[in-house]
Amino acid sequence: MTQSSSTSASAELNAPAFRPAPFNLRHLLGIEGISTADITTLLDRADEMVAISRQVEKKRPTLSGRTLINLFFENSTRTQSSFEIAGHRLGMDVINMAVQTSSVKKGETLLDTAVTLNAMQPDLLVVRHNAAGAVELLSQKMSCPVINAGDGAHEHPTQALLDALTIRRTKGRINGLKVAICGDIAHSRVARSNIHLLNAMGAQVRVIAPSTLLPGPIEDLGVTAYRSMEEGLPGCDVVMMLRIQSERMSGDFIPSSREYYRFFGLSAERVALAKPDAIVMHPGPMNRGVEIASNIADGVQSVIAEQVEMGVAVRMAVMEALHKPVGEGAGS
Amino acid sequence: MKGSTVTKAPRQRLFTNARIIDPDQNLDIHGDLLVTRGRIEAIGKSLPRDNLKKSCKIIDCKGLVLAPGLVDARVFIGEPGGEHRETIKSASRAAASGGVTSMVMMPDTDPVIDNAALVEFVRQTAREKSRVRILPSAALSKGQRGQEMTEIGLLNDAGAVAFTDGRKTVDSAQMMRRALTYAGDFGALIMAATRDASLGGGVMNAGLNATRMGLPGIPREAEIIPLERDMRLVAMTRGRYHASTISTSDSVDVISRARDSKLDVSAGIAVANLALNDNDIGSYRTFFRVSPPLRSEDDRQAMIDGVRSGKIDMICSNHDPHDVDTKRLPFAEAADGAIGLESLLAASLRLYHTDDVPLIRILHCLSTAPAKRLGLKSGTLAIGAPADMILMDPDMPWILKEEELRSRSRNTAFEGARFQGRVLKTIVEGRTVFSRDG
Repeated sequence: MTQSSSTSASAELNAPAFRPAPFNLRHLLGIEGISTADITTLLDRADEMVAISRQVEKKRPTLSGRTLINLFFENSTRTQSSFEIAGHRLGMDVINMAVQTSSVKKGETLLDTAVTLNAMQPDLLVVRHNAAGAVELLSQKMSCPVINAGDGAHEHPTQALLDALTIRRTKGRINGLKVAICGDIAHSRVARSNIHLLNAMGAQVRVIAPSTLLPGPIEDLGVTAYRSMEEGLPGCDVVMMLRIQSERMSGDFIPSSREYYRFFGLSAERVALAKPDAIVMHPGPMNRGVEIASNIADGVQSVIAEQVEMGVAVRMAVMEALHKPVGEGAGS
Repeated sequence: MKGSTVTKAPRQRLFTNARIIDPDQNLDIHGDLLVTRGRIEAIGKSLPRDNLKKSCKIIDCKGLVLAPGLVDARVFIGEPGGEHRETIKSASRAAASGGVTSMVMMPDTDPVIDNAALVEFVRQTAREKSRVRILPSAALSKGQRGQEMTEIGLLNDAGAVAFTDGRKTVDSAQMMRRALTYAGDFGALIMAATRDASLGGGVMNAGLNATRMGLPGIPREAEIIPLERDMRLVAMTRGRYHASTISTSDSVDVISRARDSKLDVSAGIAVANLALNDNDIGSYRTFFRVSPPLRSEDDRQAMIDGVRSGKIDMICSNHDPHDVDTKRLPFAEAADGAIGLESLLAASLRLYHTDDVPLIRILHCLSTAPAKRLGLKSGTLAIGAPADMILMDPDMPWILKEEELRSRSRNTAFEGARFQGRVLKTIVEGRTVFSRDG
């Protein structure tokens, strides 16, 4: 530090006028509490990662020699592959571990798993778990950065980041846009992470769902709640659909899937209520004919395929940002 | 076992220079208290010293508070079946250091205490291993399954002080009705948890925090609805009923209305619901997962009002030991419960230090009220009463440190908490069962 003080004056002069704030998060456990500056840094870097991913030669040596462990307590082919590809493109060795929750329950606790994994000296850990808060609990025992790939109904931060990147690239901005999040708000981690992120970036967020899937205090998170698509969609720039789990539609939250589609499915008529240039998003996997009509999912306004592409880029950016440069060590 | 010793009870002890607070006699005086053969013989501003026995030990209380020992109406112990969590012996040590001289042991053990032989087992073990009084309660229904009532008469004769299904709420209204009716013939007290199993299936207070954290909430109605049902049943049967742990302002109103209609009902509150709210859960800290759940600040304030106004009768620790197997888990998978014997007094005294509740009222809720409700002779400093007392400094600052806990489990919601007010001596029947050095 003392050594650099003599050169600091000239270094400052040579530095660009604007420098993004350094990214100081140790883990990415959720969007809540992350600064707008950090979000912007990640999105900017992800933009560059999109360009890299579109080249023929995609592999970077940025994190070569590092080990990434994908630990999935819930099955998810697409999210796991997205993290895997992102890891490979940054030059990492990627190990996928699928743990059946049932076998964990038989003996080994989550913390035992964490201690075991930590002993394998990974450099990055990506975790998905069915219990809210489980990833944070696990991160307490890890000496490497941990990325939350979804914990129960709590958060799914990289999904929100990829959604934001998709919106920003198609609309040119996020600030001031009207975004409707439609579907199972109560049980959705995607909804929560998106609400935090879009609010931080200055969007106006609406949530649209039947009251059984809309927690009472949701408006205190800074959204406007609507109970019908017809009321909530007009004026929207972005229509974000959520996947609805089939077990919610057996009568305890929703009487049936056909009743759900009748009132909350995204049909062509309902898309027409939003702005003419509105985009349609879905985190996947879709239930065609339940929450979204097939012709809308494949239609011109759909950016669902682009979301998947942005997913890899965003995850590359997050991995790079969380990773300490060589020499600093991960255990500090 | 640092800082505590068991001494043989001297035949006579004179406590001088004490601030004597007895909520039972509405007494708050500076004076002396004489104990002879384990009973309170005299109390007064300045007792004559000429008639004292030669062997009489004189204890200078240095102006600190001498009050009836605490009576804790809801304590879970792991013996039999869960001795790794807590034994009768370890619970008694924790109780003694916390100023608890009598505690009601909940029947939620393995096996469930639902027959006279098990009540006798608890009494026998307590006689051999415990320094404080352990009052066994018995299950209200066989195996706490909520189907058929236990042998209430036989259990009553064996020494069960109350009947309760402990952590479980009796689901069947018919079962509750019959139990209230039958127990009434024996004058037996029924202590009930009130949390509807289906409506209250969540893991924390329903509200903004639960929504934000993505956890299923327990609405306030999950407590109010079974409580209202039970009030109807008490009116129908004229039974004796105690709502063990209420947590919402509406519950206070329900109890208050029932009492206005001359029903024999009372209500308790776990000290956690007076000292903490659902913000304290922070980032999924499972030691704050308790039942009833920590509620909103509005409810907490309403509960403090209830304690001050007398609508809530007693404060209990709701001591519920758990080890890492059931607590170091994701929030939704962890067990409910926190230990509390050692923090009961200090956490309650927070209400005194914030000027919310007078000291004598807090002591009333912690000793006199539960003792009276359970039909005990303690909870008072009246002449002839057993000398179950605490000597405490209501202002002494201290920090609760996990490694200093005497309980066998570590799941406290008050780790690192800054408290004011600490027990210096705990006396059961004239015998010092705990004494803090310095």
